[in-house]
Amino acid sequence: MVAQYHHSLRFDVDRCDGCMSCMRACPTAAVRVRKGRAVKLADRCIDCGECIRVCPRAAIVPLTDQMADLSKFEYKIAIPSPALYAQFDSEVFPSMIFSALKQCGFDDVESVSPACDAVSIATEIFLNEYRGQYPLISPFCPTVVRLLQVKYPELVDQLLPVLAPREISARDAKLRKSRETGIPPERIGAVYITPCPAKIVSILEHPGMEHSNLDAAVSICDLFQTLAAAVSRVQESEHPMDVVESASGLSWAFLGKFPRSVPAENTLSVAGLPNVIRILDDVEKGRLRKYSYIECHACPEGCVGGCLTVENPYLARGKAIKLQQSLPAGCIADRRDVEIAYRKKEFLMTERLASRPLRPLDEDISRAILKMKERDRIHADLPRIDCGACGAPSCRAFAEDVVLGEADRTACVFFWQRDIANRIEQLANLVKAQQEAIGGLS
Amino acid sequence: MAEWFESVYQVLGRDFSNAGKVSTSIKDTLKRIGISPAVVRRVAIVSYEAEMNLVMYATRGKIVLSVSRDAVTLKVEDEGPGIPDVALAMQEGYSTATPEMREMGFGAGMGLPNIRRNADEFDIRSEVGRGTHLFVRVAHRQDSV
Repeated sequence: MVAQYHHSLRFDVDRCDGCMSCMRACPTAAVRVRKGRAVKLADRCIDCGECIRVCPRAAIVPLTDQMADLSKFEYKIAIPSPALYAQFDSEVFPSMIFSALKQCGFDDVESVSPACDAVSIATEIFLNEYRGQYPLISPFCPTVVRLLQVKYPELVDQLLPVLAPREISARDAKLRKSRETGIPPERIGAVYITPCPAKIVSILEHPGMEHSNLDAAVSICDLFQTLAAAVSRVQESEHPMDVVESASGLSWAFLGKFPRSVPAENTLSVAGLPNVIRILDDVEKGRLRKYSYIECHACPEGCVGGCLTVENPYLARGKAIKLQQSLPAGCIADRRDVEIAYRKKEFLMTERLASRPLRPLDEDISRAILKMKERDRIHADLPRIDCGACGAPSCRAFAEDVVLGEADRTACVFFWQRDIANRIEQLANLVKAQQEAIGGLS
Repeated sequence: MAEWFESVYQVLGRDFSNAGKVSTSIKDTLKRIGISPAVVRRVAIVSYEAEMNLVMYATRGKIVLSVSRDAVTLKVEDEGPGIPDVALAMQEGYSTATPEMREMGFGAGMGLPNIRRNADEFDIRSEVGRGTHLFVRVAHRQDSV
């Protein structure tokens, strides 16, 4: 049985013209072009959104929510990713963005900064008490989690089982607002203002949890125009000054020199999927055992590089660093409170993370071995220039598709030419033989 | 006659820019065949340590991967200086790594001991001035250990 996984993007066949940009950009070889249209291989897709970045026809649609979808909630709390602040100039303070979000239709806005600081403390406690295999890997980027589940199943046990700040903020804000307003928590919507589609995946099926505390996600790019207009209307005097932000909370939006959540000793931070893949390859080979913790961001420069942001990630990072200078530098979470909550398991995932490795060439190892030999035989016969004309991203991927019966060998133009040439030669030989036979008769 | 799959990888000594690629490729192949994650990890560690030994010490060499229904085997054969005292080289912490190798994070003297720890069968033969041959078998079915 093939399990169905939730995904955060949809390929629009009417817009797709089969240009292959997404197929070439996909880091997990999850796209094929068949009959002139891009097709997603759902079990390989890790929702990184690289295809969204490169599609020239906007044919890949992120399944984020629109503002109109949120009317089903009686009360709406916006939970902005710290990457949102970095889309604006550093003179635009988070408090102004909060006021503007309220003008856009949210009843309240919750900052993730306190939860970021609290999660950092929880991570520190976990690391101090951990006695398993090293290094631990950060679980906050849903694409990284999915990458591990699909491509590195043996490393899934090394994912840190601590919840992301956005989940903690959503849970706490809903409970608090429910107490204040009397509206039951299930009618309150916690809406993430997201820089990427991957967060949708963790909302639809949260790894290590029965369900997510978030209810919806609106993308930064969908909201930006309305929000920017609202920000420009916000007067200095009217924005509330009680917004709790911290420089350390903001640092969760981008790649730092060290992981955002733990001390620098024996830790690494990595951003950009190709780099993350190289690091995980090294972890798998046992090379990085002396590191205790590796923070992985799928997007270049971290969340500021999300494919649903509007600003160039390097500019956004610069703006965030500048904004940090005007925010309080210390931790804004109370260590004792966090420790108590940690002991009550409020920061931990409740279920063991499951892996979902790609299906092998065959469920039966003997047959899989035969297919692997066949794959190599076909591959050796291909031009090995990865031209993509067959609709697969590489000759190797094509050879595998052929072995699995998902593509026909003649889809390779080089093979096809040779095949035709062979047939012409055979026909010519046939004609010659026939002529000789007739000649012999006459 | 049971089916088996074989693949041969060439490795060049001192080729640090490509070091590690063979073991990545071996591990990807095993995953596609459906070898269990725990075994893939053991073979990944073995092939990586062997590949790095080759890159650091040998002139050139090859790694031969074969996979049968029961086991994964690696044959590593190099042309190189050889190991004068194999028993000593097998000791944890013993290393002949140069300062340059240590700067790159190698030379903790755990390479060969790590290989043996992850192997179900292990054999090493070395001839000074000629080279080293290494054989490792990792069973991937419980009943074939």
